[in-house]
Amino acid sequence: MKAPLSTEALAVGYPGRRLVERVDIALRPGELVALIGVNGGGKSTLLHTLAGLHPPLAGKVRSLEAEIGTLSAVERARRMALVLTGRPAAGLMDVRTLVAMGRQPWTGHFGRLTEDDHRIIDGALQAVDVVHLAGRQLRELSDGEAQRVMIARALAQDTPVMLLDEPMAFLDLVNRLRLLRTLRQLAHDRQKAVLLSTHDLQSALDLCDRLLLIHDGRLWNGTPADAVVSGVLEALFSGEGLRFDPATRSFRAS
Amino acid sequence: MTRRNAWLLVALVAANLVLFLLHLLVGPVPLDVGDALAALFDGADGAGRVVRSVRLPEALTAVLAGSGLAVCGLLMQTLFRNPLAGPSVLGLSSGASLGVAVLMLARPLWLLAWMPAEFAVIVGAFVGAMAVLALIMLADKRMGDGVALLVVGLMVGYLCGAIIDVLQVAGPEGALKGFVLWGMGSFGGVVNERLPLLAAVVLPGLFVALWCMKALNALLLGETYAASLGVDVPRTRRTIMWTTGLLAGSITAFCGPIAFLGLATPHVARGLCRTSDHTTLLPITLLTGASLALCCDLIIKVPGAAGLPLNAITALLGAPVVAWVLWSGKRWARTA
Repeated sequence: MKAPLSTEALAVGYPGRRLVERVDIALRPGELVALIGVNGGGKSTLLHTLAGLHPPLAGKVRSLEAEIGTLSAVERARRMALVLTGRPAAGLMDVRTLVAMGRQPWTGHFGRLTEDDHRIIDGALQAVDVVHLAGRQLRELSDGEAQRVMIARALAQDTPVMLLDEPMAFLDLVNRLRLLRTLRQLAHDRQKAVLLSTHDLQSALDLCDRLLLIHDGRLWNGTPADAVVSGVLEALFSGEGLRFDPATRSFRAS
Repeated sequence: MTRRNAWLLVALVAANLVLFLLHLLVGPVPLDVGDALAALFDGADGAGRVVRSVRLPEALTAVLAGSGLAVCGLLMQTLFRNPLAGPSVLGLSSGASLGVAVLMLARPLWLLAWMPAEFAVIVGAFVGAMAVLALIMLADKRMGDGVALLVVGLMVGYLCGAIIDVLQVAGPEGALKGFVLWGMGSFGGVVNERLPLLAAVVLPGLFVALWCMKALNALLLGETYAASLGVDVPRTRRTIMWTTGLLAGSITAFCGPIAFLGLATPHVARGLCRTSDHTTLLPITLLTGASLALCCDLIIKVPGAAGLPLNAITALLGAPVVAWVLWSGKRWARTA
């Protein structure tokens, strides 16, 4: 079976500045994958390139059989949903209306919602446990709640792939773990391919099915268990005053 | 749309009808409802002429200009994600004025030779408005800061004003009076013969705005989210830009630079319908704009207030709204 999202000899970055190259990955349905790397290493750019919102420098991004550049904006939006860091200034808009925007790629010209759309929106609100917030304004919510709402919006988009750019950036430890558990459940229960970029290596080692590590302009691809024993984690942060302790699977100041 | 906002829409339509009718009654020759309606449908006498060739076109112009400027303001506020955007604050009206001033005062004959004068005024206003809009969009890309954008808009306005001053001193005596009158703003200058031309620009502009409601909603979340939701962002930006330039340019050409209506109306409309969802907000803004324009024009037509420039009234009503938006900062700064 074709992967819902795969790359072939992909290079990402900006003209004159190659950030990551020779990326050959495939996201499988039902797995939660974390993308990890130092700041400025190309996490966001890679994610935006996978989402089809940034042109690749070389190579290909494929969604099932189709190359992403050949898809229309709407076709792309039906295959991939995106969640960004923080909350947008959405104006006067209650949570339900915001989540309903996820239906845009599927609705008609004026965005009228059908019974089916409403059912999917209800399901999305339930799945991330924000039903009780449906009537509230986005700006009144806590950071954790707002991020869950943005995930509900992506869920309502009903796509096989969900890409999240540092969704846990502003969250405390409890909310980070809660969010990651939710994403893991969504990936496993709904057979979605979920890829998130994060700095929270610890939580990613504990809860993600697979890790993608950006190191020296290349992408390391493997399970958390492989990452712990392979030495790649030490290499990733070597010289940064950190030491990785495989026994506790955590970093210590050296 | 909620049931409440559907009723609001109905109420606004009714308000517009009442204001429109009032418009036919008020003026130097007061009429009662019966007279006005009779004159409207079969009047060749004095009252008929007054209603059909003076008051009716003025009321229709107010409706077109008011709704056009209001929608223009909303489009700009959504596009720039800035609650203080509007055709007058960001210098579009000034750009249009400059375009008109160049044509009316400097009279470049090579240009006017192959173009009827009325058409030239529209072209001048449109080119001026588009030039400023392009500049503002460039500034927005470079600075990405709402307040800085506002300052750029004001500076462009001052600059255009200064050039207009120079043109006024250098320009011919006769043209000057016409230009100064035009600059005060008026819905009364559009005679029946020219009304179809204004309608031919404004109505398609409004239609295009209504056609884009879904994309405008997506743009509320920012351009990246909009693109991820299937919106062709560059094309939508272009469409909104052309629509805004055409609306602001043509309305300014016909009615003069009308201050604050475009900026203030979307805020009044948001206060009324309490949502930023364009499928509700856009129609409400359109109708609110028409009502406010009719209101402002009614005020200057009341005997005793005659001779007041339209811009004095729109500023009196609009400036406090702007002040209030700034004052209540956080809450409304996010509602664009």
